[in-house]
Amino acid sequence: MSMVLFDVPGPKARVRHKIMAVVGVAALVAALAYVVMRFIATDQFSSRRLDWINYKQIQLSLVEAIGNTLSAFAVGAVLALLFGAVFAAARLSDHAWVRGPAAVVVEIFRAIPLVVMMFFFYYGLPVAGVKLSAFTAVVVSLMLYNGSVLAEIFRAGINSLPKGQSEAAYALGMRKTQVMTLVLLPQALRSMMPTIISQLVVLLKDTALGFLITFEELLRWGTRIGGDAVNFGRPMISVMIVVALIYIGLCLLLTWFANYLEKRNRRSKKVIHTDDDEAGQTQVAESSAVMGAGSVL
Amino acid sequence: MSVLTNNLDLFLRAFGQTLQLFAISGVLSLLLGTLLAALRVSPVPVFRAVGAAYVTVLRNTPLTLVFVFFLFGYPLLEIVKIEPYTAAVVALSLYTAAFVCEVVRSGINTVPVGQAEASRALGLTFVQMLGNVVLPQALRSVVPPMTSTMIALLKNTTVASGFAVFQAGTIRDSLSEQGENVLLGLLWVAIGFVILVMPLTYVQQTFEKRWSVAR
Repeated sequence: MSMVLFDVPGPKARVRHKIMAVVGVAALVAALAYVVMRFIATDQFSSRRLDWINYKQIQLSLVEAIGNTLSAFAVGAVLALLFGAVFAAARLSDHAWVRGPAAVVVEIFRAIPLVVMMFFFYYGLPVAGVKLSAFTAVVVSLMLYNGSVLAEIFRAGINSLPKGQSEAAYALGMRKTQVMTLVLLPQALRSMMPTIISQLVVLLKDTALGFLITFEELLRWGTRIGGDAVNFGRPMISVMIVVALIYIGLCLLLTWFANYLEKRNRRSKKVIHTDDDEAGQTQVAESSAVMGAGSVL
Repeated sequence: MSVLTNNLDLFLRAFGQTLQLFAISGVLSLLLGTLLAALRVSPVPVFRAVGAAYVTVLRNTPLTLVFVFFLFGYPLLEIVKIEPYTAAVVALSLYTAAFVCEVVRSGINTVPVGQAEASRALGLTFVQMLGNVVLPQALRSVVPPMTSTMIALLKNTTVASGFAVFQAGTIRDSLSEQGENVLLGLLWVAIGFVILVMPLTYVQQTFEKRWSVAR
């Protein structure tokens, strides 16, 4: 689409674009150069401030911190998927007394900020005599918040299928559970996969909120080493760059996996398309692209 | 209930600060995000690459890390001293702008190609085409996801609690200093957010239903 917004550039436009590109790059380089100059002027990359990399104990604690982040992610993701599946099923139920409460729960947990939830479990519950570890508080909050977002994703995925699918299945004499597990879910899961994975990327990023409740994960490790003024002279900048690269690497790995799934998904269509079908398909794809972008936060 | 009534002043001030943070960084991120989206659909490849790089980096970085960078890292560079509040606004705006950019861009992408082609064939200029044909149609598919981006921003303002910026997330600190019941206090904070978010969700769903026109 973006290529249709303007005509194919002619000679004049090409020159104009080149000038704009040069000016833009110059401005960008100037801005970056200024930042790098400040790095050098304040001596952020002196050997003393990079020394932390050489300590074996610090390296080991880094590995441990990454391990903590990943284990919170893994446990949180599994629980959130389960929570999402259960509540999506409840919201799609035929019984109003199941649907109603499930909807309320999902809507409420989607509306409460994750930070407030973590504070509630870590600082609030001890007042009532229940003491949770920081890890448990993080995992439970991740489950409740991302689980309810996932429940909505699942529900939207099932609802986006053509009505004829379930009608045909019922006409064949299938039960409700059979319709869901044999007909609707296999189709819906395919189209939902990219959105689910991008929600998992959100979950991975949200583990960093454990920082606020003293959960020893990657970011907390970074601020501890980076704030060490005695041994390394506050190497906050260099440590944070390393931490950011690790987070970006982990998230891109997941995103890459999502894209891989999407591509494989697109390739293996074993049905014969009619023109009508094609239009419907692109419509669904487009709306899910927008939904994906919106839910990734 | 007494936790709320005894500290009503604290709650009101804190939620006021939350709304202020939300409003300022919301406007800034909308501006920056739209600018980034313009870069991402621009005819100059370098601009597209810059926009894509920005979005990739910011979307894959935890917001807390952006906060840490601006509140703990940035002062070490000794450029211009900024207040924690300003730093929080900067962090929230830069982070949210990446998401706004993606929403606007995918909104533009949902407008069928034929629309732009037809307006070009009619001889509309680029500005006329965007203003009269493409953007009004894109807006329909942009508003619902943009609302959820803004809801997320509203909730994300609480991340500032870890960085000594006074807002609804820091009500807990004040309450525990006064020896009040933190559990109930946090419940009230949660209820406050539900009250703030629910109308936005309702608006979003209404628009989604009203504007879901089959193309």
